[in-house]
Amino acid sequence: MSKPVFGLILGGILGIFDGLSALVSAPEVAPQIVGIVIGSTFKGLITGVLIGYFARKVHSLPLGLLFGLVVGAVLAYGVVALQIAQGGKAYYLPIMLPGSVLGLIVGYATQRHNEHASEVADSR
Amino acid sequence: MPLSDAAVASLRALADWPDTSDSKYDILERIGRGGMGSVYLAHDRALDRRVAIKVVSLPEPPAGTGLAGERLTREARILAGLEHPGLVPVHDVGVLTDGRPYYVMKWIRGTRLDAYLQSPRTEAARLRIFARICDAIAFAHQAGVIHRDLTPANIMVGAFGEVLVLDWGLARIRLDRSGVSPVTTQPGTVMGTAGFMAPELAAGRSDASDERTDVYALGGLLEVLTQPPRGQFTPRPLAAIIAKARAASPADRYPAVEALASDVERYGAGDPVAAYREGPLEWASRHATRHQTAIVLVAVYIVIRVILLAFR
Ligand SMILES: Nc1ncnc2c1ncn2[C@@H]1O[C@H](COP(=O)(O)OP(=O)(O)OP(=O)(O)O)[C@@H](O)[C@H]1O
Repeated sequence: MSKPVFGLILGGILGIFDGLSALVSAPEVAPQIVGIVIGSTFKGLITGVLIGYFARKVHSLPLGLLFGLVVGAVLAYGVVALQIAQGGKAYYLPIMLPGSVLGLIVGYATQRHNEHASEVADSR
Repeated sequence: MPLSDAAVASLRALADWPDTSDSKYDILERIGRGGMGSVYLAHDRALDRRVAIKVVSLPEPPAGTGLAGERLTREARILAGLEHPGLVPVHDVGVLTDGRPYYVMKWIRGTRLDAYLQSPRTEAARLRIFARICDAIAFAHQAGVIHRDLTPANIMVGAFGEVLVLDWGLARIRLDRSGVSPVTTQPGTVMGTAGFMAPELAAGRSDASDERTDVYALGGLLEVLTQPPRGQFTPRPLAAIIAKARAASPADRYPAVEALASDVERYGAGDPVAAYREGPLEWASRHATRHQTAIVLVAVYIVIRVILLAFR
């Protein structure tokens, strides 16, 4: 499995869980949970494929982690901005903090994924 | 007047000192001494380079007719037939003015493995050395040659981390493709070095020796290489690998050096090894160590979620 595909799948799965966690952290949103999960899954997919693509080009754990952190934070910021635009409250910390850590996780996993095989495949 | 031991020793050394006056080599100093001969550092005048020369010790019947001489020549021919970065290249063979045969090989700037291990080394570095030894031996096996005397004293670690296997004087040729005479040891002769010598060799059944005889010695080398510091113990999978390689019966050992080497490689990479069945706890702890960072990251994520929940 290539790193972008791996990132896509991992990002998607983490996105689903991240969306579902709203049921625990904010039970009042339960009626909108389907929309929330679709949104966070979509965000996870984009995060995953971007970071996975980066991991394919750049083989460095520190840079991969940094890129993951930035992508995670930026996309989470996008969500906050979207909420504000829709007239909602700005939850900077509760959305951006977990989003950044998810980016870190994907960044780490995509760097480690296929560590040996990728060297051969990508150097062609 | 009786001579002192020291005087006898120095007279001996003087008589033993090779006379290479009719060759292109100037002997500089003795750098090693083994059971069958001595190794000298020499200068090759023709090519202006340092070389190592191995000479049979005196007394030795003239013209290389003796057993030691025969063995030395045989060793040179075996080594010359095996070209591998883990084996010393042989440059030349010859006979001294006193009739003793010698051979000239590349001089290795390095330390013997036993001396090398006196300084602290990381486990990764030790396992790397073991892998290189296995490479060289597996190569020899493929060429049909069994070393039969692998010990830390017969392995040199070069200045650039290269590893060379020396002393093929007891080697046995299984498949004769080289034109070198096959088995030269008499059945019943005990050869090799205790502690690394497989039981079949110790019993004098040298004809029973095969690849697994070297696997046994490699197990001994692995044990020496991975000796844990005082107060610590050898991890169980590693201990199981060593035990399997050193099994008394050849049938219980790894069938080939490659199998041993890949099990050690798996151990080094944190993968399960063939020689050991781990329990569920060991499985969990191996995976936990291996995926430490991932586990920490996920834990951080969960902790953040919990904290956010608490401060809602
Ligand atoms: N090519 C070389 N370059 C540098 N040192 C060497 C070289 N060959 C041998 N030596 C040194 O000389 C020592 C003796 O060499 P070797 O083991 O080949 O001799 P041996 O007489 O066959 O010994 P043994 O008693 O182990 O059979 C080695 O331990 C090593 O320190």
